[in-house]
Amino acid sequence: MQLFAFLIDGLLIGFVYGIAAMGMTLIWGVMNVINLAHGPIIALGCFGVYLLATQLGLHPYLALLIVAPLGLVAGMLFYRLAIQRVIDAPRLSSLLATFAINMIVIGLGTAAFSTNPRALDVQLGSLSFGPVTILGTRLVAALASIATAAGLYWFLYHTRPGKYVRAVTNNRAAAELVGIPSQQVLALSFGLGCMLAAVSGALIATFFPFTILSGDVYQQKSFVIGVMGGLGHPLGALLGGLILGMMEGLLPAFLPTTWVPVFEFVLFVIILLVRPAGLFGGKK
Amino acid sequence: MNPWRHPGLWITLALTLGLGLWPVVLQKAALRETIFTILLSVALASSLNIILGYAGYISFGHVVFFGLGGYVGLYLMNTLGLSLWVALLAGGLAAALLAFLLGKAILRLRGAYFALATIGVNEAMRAFINNFAPFGGATGISLNFKVYQAYGGAANALWLVYTILLVTTLAMILISHIVKNSKFGLGLMAIREDEDAAEVMGVITPNAKTWAYVLSAVLPGMLGVLFYFKNGNIEPGDAFRLSSSIELLVMIMLGGAGTVLGPVIGAAGYQALRGFLLTNALFKNIQLSVAGILLLLIILFIPVGAVGWLRRRFPALRRLLP
Repeated sequence: MQLFAFLIDGLLIGFVYGIAAMGMTLIWGVMNVINLAHGPIIALGCFGVYLLATQLGLHPYLALLIVAPLGLVAGMLFYRLAIQRVIDAPRLSSLLATFAINMIVIGLGTAAFSTNPRALDVQLGSLSFGPVTILGTRLVAALASIATAAGLYWFLYHTRPGKYVRAVTNNRAAAELVGIPSQQVLALSFGLGCMLAAVSGALIATFFPFTILSGDVYQQKSFVIGVMGGLGHPLGALLGGLILGMMEGLLPAFLPTTWVPVFEFVLFVIILLVRPAGLFGGKK
Repeated sequence: MNPWRHPGLWITLALTLGLGLWPVVLQKAALRETIFTILLSVALASSLNIILGYAGYISFGHVVFFGLGGYVGLYLMNTLGLSLWVALLAGGLAAALLAFLLGKAILRLRGAYFALATIGVNEAMRAFINNFAPFGGATGISLNFKVYQAYGGAANALWLVYTILLVTTLAMILISHIVKNSKFGLGLMAIREDEDAAEVMGVITPNAKTWAYVLSAVLPGMLGVLFYFKNGNIEPGDAFRLSSSIELLVMIMLGGAGTVLGPVIGAAGYQALRGFLLTNALFKNIQLSVAGILLLLIILFIPVGAVGWLRRRFPALRRLLP
């Protein structure tokens, strides 16, 4: 029964990981860029909620609604400033361009917030089903993640800009031929990816302590999840997030917690080698 | 052309030797520490350049070889009481073996998939060493101070380490130049331009890639022994830091990927800039951001790096800038 409690807990956190990974994999799918600035944007999501809550006294979940569009705008800005010019250059250029953003954000963030851990005190009580106790904050975070993922899918399949994003993912040259403004669509996609990162950061801030550097851990998890789900498949990323969350919930019951990352990253390399299209993807 | 008669090689070697002998002549320990950092970066960036610049495979895991070498070396010296020379050899061998095994596995992946796999290898290695009891787990290994006595005390050991580093750096530049002008190196550059075409033209690409990876791993393994011997202790968090690998990529990008001189200039320039930013009152707190902005400007406007830009701008210099 204890195991079941761990499983539920892991699954709930897995949804939040999944959202961050969806952003990473969306960017990869649309423009073949590995976003090395994903971690710092997750951390900015944490700090956005933290600052709005502690300085303006907003409720963290209300602050989340402000952080999300800010993430979108920041992402579009980053695209225009750093990535647009190197989108067709050799891969190293775009990788290092996103890493340059990473350095800039971490440098300014460290100067502004130091690296002392912060934590938000969000109390939502808990639900108990027999021996299983679910913390309110994690349940809300999982529900918010599901809503975000649903919103993304609605956007991609039922709106015109969303259809543009899918068209550019599919074939950028063909999309340009039928008159889709591809640069604007790429900027929008990068913005959406960053928005998802910021949302997941904002949700993480409601139940884990964080520093400006903690984003890196979640960025690495996003890579693992993205590869599990098949790079470029947002829904696969959500499922991958659940698998990773489950692993993190269950594995500590069988082996010391510090061995979990070994397991995760070895699995990551093996999946890359054996099933580079992801656990669920047949198509490449 | 006979690679030995390339004037650019001798200019590069002379510049590096001059830089390296500077603190020896002045006998200044503080200056030696500064130059140590620069030479270490030059050697590491040049070694990464073989797999990155020549073969075109982006690795985020170069520091794995450096860290592994350091661990193997310190373990041999501290626990088994072997000498620095044996440790250096073992560190290089361990790194080469790991590169060979990894090469057989992950070099099949191309482009971004390879880059991601190297991130995975780095993180897996760090997490593993964190749990590996013989290497001290999360606390790492601290070198017993008595070890330095065999080398005439700590002060003398530091000069010895510096001398070995200088020799190794010069050797790395030489290797980099020889590889670039060899048939093997041409094969690697063919892989970089178009791997399928290279294979059709008779380059045995899996072998060429694996040996390039091994070659780029040996010296970082030895330098890891050297650096952590000097440092006195090693911890998993520092030994396998992802951003250290990315810093090396940045240095190569600054100087120009795929050139012999590029990583040398890039590494020296990066470390000099870092030193300046860290000691400047205005930039001290935001040095990382300033470095990031400079990196971005270079990627956006001079993507071929300093050496590439000079070669394009002044074709007459091509013979002098290898």
